[in-house]
Amino acid sequence: MILYLARRIVYAIPIALAVGFVCFMLVQIAPGDPINAIVPPDAPADVVEQVRRDYGLDKPLPVQFGLWLSKVVVGDLGRSLATGRPVWADLRSAIGNTLMLAFCASGLGFILGCILGGLAGTFRGSAIDRGATGIAVAGVSVPHYWLGMVMVVVFSVQLNWLPAMGAGPGGSSDWGWDWEHVKHLVLPTITLSVIPMGIVTRTVRGIVAEIMNQEFITALRGKGMTRRGIFLHVVKNAAPNALAVMGLQLGYLMGGSILVETVFSWPGTGLLLNSAIFQRDLPVLQGTILVLAMFFVALNLLVDLIQTTLDPRIKRA
Amino acid sequence: MSTATTPTAAEAELAVQARQAPVRSQGYWAGVFKRLRRDPVTIACAAILLLMLLAIVFAPLLAPHDPYQGSMIRRLRAIGTPNYLLGTDELGRDILTRLLYGGRLSWFMGIVPVAFAFVIGTTLGVTAGFMGGRVNMAIMRVTDVFYAFPSVLLAVAISGALGAGIFNAILSLTLVFVPQIIRVAESVTQGVRSLDFVDAARASGASGFTIVRVHVLGNVLGPIFVYATGLISVCMILSSGLSFLGLGTKPPEPEWGLMLNTLRTAIYVQPWVAVLPGACIFVTSICFNLLSDGLRQAMDVKG
Repeated sequence: MILYLARRIVYAIPIALAVGFVCFMLVQIAPGDPINAIVPPDAPADVVEQVRRDYGLDKPLPVQFGLWLSKVVVGDLGRSLATGRPVWADLRSAIGNTLMLAFCASGLGFILGCILGGLAGTFRGSAIDRGATGIAVAGVSVPHYWLGMVMVVVFSVQLNWLPAMGAGPGGSSDWGWDWEHVKHLVLPTITLSVIPMGIVTRTVRGIVAEIMNQEFITALRGKGMTRRGIFLHVVKNAAPNALAVMGLQLGYLMGGSILVETVFSWPGTGLLLNSAIFQRDLPVLQGTILVLAMFFVALNLLVDLIQTTLDPRIKRA
Repeated sequence: MSTATTPTAAEAELAVQARQAPVRSQGYWAGVFKRLRRDPVTIACAAILLLMLLAIVFAPLLAPHDPYQGSMIRRLRAIGTPNYLLGTDELGRDILTRLLYGGRLSWFMGIVPVAFAFVIGTTLGVTAGFMGGRVNMAIMRVTDVFYAFPSVLLAVAISGALGAGIFNAILSLTLVFVPQIIRVAESVTQGVRSLDFVDAARASGASGFTIVRVHVLGNVLGPIFVYATGLISVCMILSSGLSFLGLGTKPPEPEWGLMLNTLRTAIYVQPWVAVLPGACIFVTSICFNLLSDGLRQAMDVKG
């Protein structure tokens, strides 16, 4: 087991490197000279040449990758073309906001998914099952950016209950624990939670149905255990897999929140990416993608490690 | 039946195939159809999708107006305006017309990347699963790298770097789905490869290519296809999402995601008109999803 955990960690290193390489290549595949990603288009020719040499862009690609990597590992993601500020500075506050949203949304999705999936799995084939499965399918099929718009139409435009945009009053992008901030969080959270809700419902339904069919449940029933006791047994058996799905969903939401963040002007990484795309600000694009992807790799690893430790039945070579 | 010479292994195998193949395949597909017919949800979804397909194919005949022709004096009319049944958009163009025409690009962008990914992913996945060893290692490790990105992020990253445009969007979406199909294709191929009839075919002297063509593909294409149909729903949401971000289709081309984007500013004026294109994406996507589920059950594909 220790050996497996160690191997899993070691195996994540080449993956992380390769993910870094893909992010590095993003600037290379972009149309035009990669130098345009560093200097503004109106810079004089000798400055361009100077920068080209300074950044090592006249060297072969593998050398360039090495140079880039050596900067990235110490947190130097370059400077934004649009603002001239270090990418990392903008990214740091944005990541906090995205994490906040992703945590809330995946938490809500997880709770709803467990309830719906648990009910559907327990009462398989019943009307409850059909209803829950229907909600789950709708959850994974809905274009969430559209759902966000519908939410805004209903709760902001028509009912005027909740704010439609931003993360706080007056367009502030810093988080605070007061009612005004929480109100801004409600709609994006609900919107983003439908995807994990659908996926967790499907997963939990499958797991619970499988457990309920196993002999030990029949045995527990036979010896007269209460529903509550059986419920605890099912939870204990279903938890590792459900949590694993949940962990990955958190990662997907961090990467996938770009559309919802755009709809609600939520000041996170998605909005940052959106403006970077709009302004063709390649350093910001590259840095944001890199950080989010690395986060996803780390989360994948963490989920795997936790799952292996939690569930002794998982034995891997 | 009373041949004097005993048939060789290959001949015997051919005979077995000849005897079994048509009967088995007919029985299988007849069973699939029978199960599909008894599934009202799948039938309803297929019917809705067929209607939508007909509507967008015959858009020029059905559409009451020109999809590009706007007018400043009739901007953002409400749903139910005479002559403009579903209202008008921010440039005064008829929504119904643009929804009909918009479906063409949305469907195209939802299906084409999956079709490309199906061909490429199946080829690579079956190769990896069948060859094993170093080839498998090489293909699957590269797949792992692309798997290490959340799919939305990967699509946005590649499209964002390449710039807006239909071609770039299709390219990036194909790249998103290829690794997913490779994984499925590889695992089902490995499952089939270890079955006895593959060994039998090899023992009777069939070449690797023949084994793949006759024995492997016939058994793996079904599951991979079902998996791919499930991806159409995701692909449609993602491609419209890219257009919504300004990365896919460019204006003034009608496309549901792009329409949703340009109408976003109108939600305070005509909220229900503004959300119509998204409803189209939703209906299409949920129908493809349920259709895929129905197919999976009818074809008895596990997983």
